[in-house]
Amino acid sequence: MTAVMSGAANALLGRRGRNVPWHRSLARLVIIAAIAFVIVWVVVLASGTSAGSAVSAPSEFLKSILNALTISGIYFIVASGFTLVFGLMRTVQMAHGSLFLLAGYFALEYQLDFLGVTGTPDRGIVGWGDWWLPLVIGVVIVSGLGLFIQQVFLRWNQGQDLRQALITIAISIVLGDQMIQHFGGVAEPITLTHEIHGYVNFAGIRYGIHQLFVIGMALGVGGGLWLLLKKTRTGMVIRAGVDDTPMVQALGINVQKVFAVAFVLGSALAGLGGVIAGSSVTTLAPGVDGQWLLHSLVVVIIGGMGSLGGAAAGSLLYGLATALAPVYLPTDYAYYSIIATFVILALVLAVRPYGLFGRPA
Amino acid sequence: MSEPLLEISNLDVGYGQAQVLHSVDLRMGQEAVSVIGRNGMGKTTLCNAIMGLLPVMSGSIRFRGIELVGLAPYKVAATGIGYVPQGRRLFTSLTVDEHLAMLARQARGKRWTPTEVYELFPRLAERKKLSATSLSGGEQQMLAIGRALLLNADLMLMDEPSEGLAPTIVEQLVATSRRLVTEGIAVLLVEQNLSVATAIAERQVVMVSGQIETEISSQELLEDADAQRRYLGVESLEDTEA
Repeated sequence: MTAVMSGAANALLGRRGRNVPWHRSLARLVIIAAIAFVIVWVVVLASGTSAGSAVSAPSEFLKSILNALTISGIYFIVASGFTLVFGLMRTVQMAHGSLFLLAGYFALEYQLDFLGVTGTPDRGIVGWGDWWLPLVIGVVIVSGLGLFIQQVFLRWNQGQDLRQALITIAISIVLGDQMIQHFGGVAEPITLTHEIHGYVNFAGIRYGIHQLFVIGMALGVGGGLWLLLKKTRTGMVIRAGVDDTPMVQALGINVQKVFAVAFVLGSALAGLGGVIAGSSVTTLAPGVDGQWLLHSLVVVIIGGMGSLGGAAAGSLLYGLATALAPVYLPTDYAYYSIIATFVILALVLAVRPYGLFGRPA
Repeated sequence: MSEPLLEISNLDVGYGQAQVLHSVDLRMGQEAVSVIGRNGMGKTTLCNAIMGLLPVMSGSIRFRGIELVGLAPYKVAATGIGYVPQGRRLFTSLTVDEHLAMLARQARGKRWTPTEVYELFPRLAERKKLSATSLSGGEQQMLAIGRALLLNADLMLMDEPSEGLAPTIVEQLVATSRRLVTEGIAVLLVEQNLSVATAIAERQVVMVSGQIETEISSQELLEDADAQRRYLGVESLEDTEA
C-alpha cells in the first residue's frame, strides 16, 4: 500500500528511481496542489475578494505584486544580515530588531535636526541629503553598536547558543526601554525625500517610484553581498567558516576578525533595513523591533539559516504571502490573512525541515 | 640530538572529566614519524591537542622552541604546522580553487603557492571550478594536502590520510609524502594502515589507550607479526596466507 502510494506520488512528481518515503511524497503532492490552487484562485477564481481575480482586474494584481516585491525587498535586506550572523557564528541575534528600530530612530532624529523641524516635515522640503545622510548616520551608529555587542558580550560565549540568545534578548529589552525613554511612544515615520517620491505610468498602471527604489536597494544589497561572498577572500573565509569554523582556524586564519566583520555587516543591514522600512512600509514605534525580529526569523526559517539564496527565496515567499493574502482572501475572511504566513512555514518545514536552502548544522 | 623540532612532554588531554591522553612524550626532528594504534587510542585527540583545537589539561607542546599549549589554533598554525585532518574536512561551499585562493595571500613569494600545488597535483588544476564535494576521495585528499602546503609549514600533521582511498591513490600519497620529507618538511603521520605508515616513516610510535606504549622501527614492525596484531589489531600477511 505505502509502496504504491509512494510510487504513484513519485511518478506524478517525475522522480523515477528515487526512493522517497510515501509521507514525504504526499507532503510534496499537497504542496504542489496548494500552489496550483493558489495560482488558479488568484488568476481566475478570486471573486468576492477586494482585488478580484487577476484576469478581471490585472492592474490590481500588478499593484499587489509590486507591493509584495517591495516588502520582500525590505525583508531581504534585514534578514540577509540576520542569516549572515547566524550562519557564521551560530548566534541567533535576538537584538537584530532592536538595531533595526534604533537605526530608524537615529535617522529620524537627525533628519528632523537637519530640517530644523519638530513634527513630521512636509515632503517638499526633504532634499536628497536630508534623507540619505541620516540613513548613513543611523547605519554607522548601529554597526558600531553591533561590534560592541559582539566584542563585549558574545565573543567570550562562543558556542554557547543558549547563553548568547539570552544575552541578546536582554540587550533587546534594555534597548527597547531606552528607545521608549528617548524617542517616546508615538508612532513616527521617516520622511522619504521628494526626489524619490511620485509615480510613473507604464501600460496604464501607476508604479510608486519609492517602491521601485526599495526594490532596487534590495537588489543592490543582494548583488553586493553575493559579490562579497563569492569574489573576495573575506567572503571565501566567511563561507568556509559557515562550513567548519575550527578547520578555518587550523589553517592559520584568525576567525575572530571574520566574526567581527560579519557582525558589523549584519548590524549594518539591520540598520539599513530599519531606515528604509521606516521611510516606506512602517512607522517607528515601540514593538516594531520585535515585529521585525519575527519577520527575519520567518524568512530564515523558510529559506534556511545561513544561506543568502535562502534569505532571498524566503523573503520573496513571505512577502508574497503577506501582500497577497489580505487582498485575495474573500473579503469576509481578509482578517485571517496572517494565517498565510503560518501555512507557508508549516508547508516548507514539512518537506524541508532545515528550510528551502538550509543544511543540517 | 640538537634542539628538537617538536617536543611533547607529559601531555594530559581530555574531554571534560574523561581523560584521553596520559602523559604523552614525543620528540621529533626534521624527519617523518608515524603514530600508529587502533581506533580510539587517542591518535586524533593528539592531533587536535597539538593544533589547539582541544584544551590541554597539563603538559607542554613545544614547536621550534615555542610553547603551543594555550595558543589559539590560528596561531599554532602560523608557527609553521600544516594540518591535514582526518576525513579531509574540506569546505563544502567552496570550489577547489577557492580552497587555495583563500590562503594564497600568506603564501605569496614562498615555496608553495597555488600554482605550485597545481603543479604537484595536476588533477586538481583540471577541477579548479568544481565544488570540493564533487571530487573523488583521492582528489579530496590531494586538496586537503595542497591546502595545508600553502601554509609553507615546517611540519605537516597528517591524520589518517590513507583512509578510504584506493590502493593506487595510496601509492601516490606515499610518494608525495616522501617527496615532502626529502624537501625538508617534517611529517607527523597518524595511521592505521601498516604499509603506509612504514613506507613514509622510519620511526613508529605506538599508542595504546592514550599512552605511548613503545617506539619501534619500521623494519622491526614489519618483521614482527605479533607486534602488528597487538598494536594495530591486524592479521599479519603470513597469518592470512596460512
